[in-house]
Amino acid sequence: MLQGHQTWVFKAEPVIRSSAAVGGPFESKGALAGDFDILHEDVWLGQDSCEKAEKKMLEQACEKAIDKAGMKKEDVQFFLSGDLMNQIISSSFAARTLGVPYLGLFGACSSSMEGLALAALIVNSKAGENTLAAASSHNVAVEKQFRYPSEYGSQKPPTAQWTVTGAGAALLSLNGEGPRVTSATIGRVIDMGLSDPFNMGTAMAPAAVDTIQAHFRDLKREPNYYDLIATGDLGRIGHKIAGDLLDKHGIKIPPAIFTDCGILIYKEDQPVMAGGSGCGCSATVTYGHFLNRMRKGELKRILIVATGALMSPLSYQQKETIPCIAHAVSIEM
Amino acid sequence: MSNKKTKKLTPTQQEYKMFAKQRVPKRPVLLNSIRAFIAGGIICTIGQGLQWMFMTYFGFSEVTAGNPTVAVLIIAAVLLTGFGVYDHISQWAGAGTAVPVTGFANTIASAAIEHRTEGYVLGVGGNMFKLAGSVIAYGVFSAFVVALIKIIIKALGGI
Repeated sequence: MLQGHQTWVFKAEPVIRSSAAVGGPFESKGALAGDFDILHEDVWLGQDSCEKAEKKMLEQACEKAIDKAGMKKEDVQFFLSGDLMNQIISSSFAARTLGVPYLGLFGACSSSMEGLALAALIVNSKAGENTLAAASSHNVAVEKQFRYPSEYGSQKPPTAQWTVTGAGAALLSLNGEGPRVTSATIGRVIDMGLSDPFNMGTAMAPAAVDTIQAHFRDLKREPNYYDLIATGDLGRIGHKIAGDLLDKHGIKIPPAIFTDCGILIYKEDQPVMAGGSGCGCSATVTYGHFLNRMRKGELKRILIVATGALMSPLSYQQKETIPCIAHAVSIEM
Repeated sequence: MSNKKTKKLTPTQQEYKMFAKQRVPKRPVLLNSIRAFIAGGIICTIGQGLQWMFMTYFGFSEVTAGNPTVAVLIIAAVLLTGFGVYDHISQWAGAGTAVPVTGFANTIASAAIEHRTEGYVLGVGGNMFKLAGSVIAYGVFSAFVVALIKIIIKALGGI
């Protein structure tokens, strides 16, 4: 079970029976539009607030995942979910609709893999047979809470990132066919003293590096064990820094297999500055794009390192630095 | 500020800061300044044109034409904000659209739109000056200080 300092090895290898990804209008024009199960043309989803729209997306992702596995809500024992809203309202309100026993998580944008790791732990220990893990974020809702009103004309620096409007869900079972969750490395909180909320990739990169290092150390593995190693939402700048930092620490990950969900999700010509971010970023890219590629046989072993910045609008206004975290989960076919 | 801040950081944090600094692209300050100059200049030229129009066709004097001119610019900025265009212009123009009166209109309108879902009293009313509030507070205060200095100098027999 526990191997090394901070890694869980799942002997029972919980199976991702099904997964679903829901996205917004900006994602439908993105590079991975084909990997979403549901895409919305309206950022409000016909709701009267963007917070309700996020909840709706999360509900749809969960329902779609349950439906794809040919199950009913009643077959799911536990639901683990996280998002970026204050008091994780999107997750809790979606859980109210689902009516499944629920554990709310907050790990900022790392909530996606935090949820998957814990769901795998539950299934692996037979504490629950079918467990659903999900995460979501909504561009307008997040910008409103963490930065400025969305129509406010501020000039964003090249390091800024675009919060993904999307929700992803994965249903884990003890038995069945599909990609299997084999191990998870739980990250430490790393604070490298950065405080710019428009430069999250740079703040989070050391956390990703720390977790990746711990993963390979604990499992005594080499990076080339994997076909793909993806960080959650470091963006172009943060990902480059993470790569260089790993190099400096003597971990050589071939550039061909080292990527980032925030870079992949949008096209080059979309005005997203350094790339995508948010819980929805790693959740939709992993539960949509990566798992689809695994099911097609293009990928056999992947490692997802979801990164999160554990700050609040209050903490950065009070000049606190940004503590960051990363959780890694390995999925094998 | 930066000196005081770096002192609090551990050597590892400082080392990382330097490491990251070499890899983070800087804001294109010169390009941004040129764009701000062009955009701000265009807005001011439009304003000048409006003032001329009010003076020539509506019988305003040079002083009184200021009010309708500002009103037109504010309405235009609020409409552009409402249609979701203003923030795209600002990303290109930067300070060019932020400094003129249009930027002030945008801060109020955008906050009002954003908090519409929380109702008219606690949402729109309570939040529309969220960004503009500090502009008003410090604007009024600095005007007061400047006026005070002027009065003192006058009383002392200067200018």
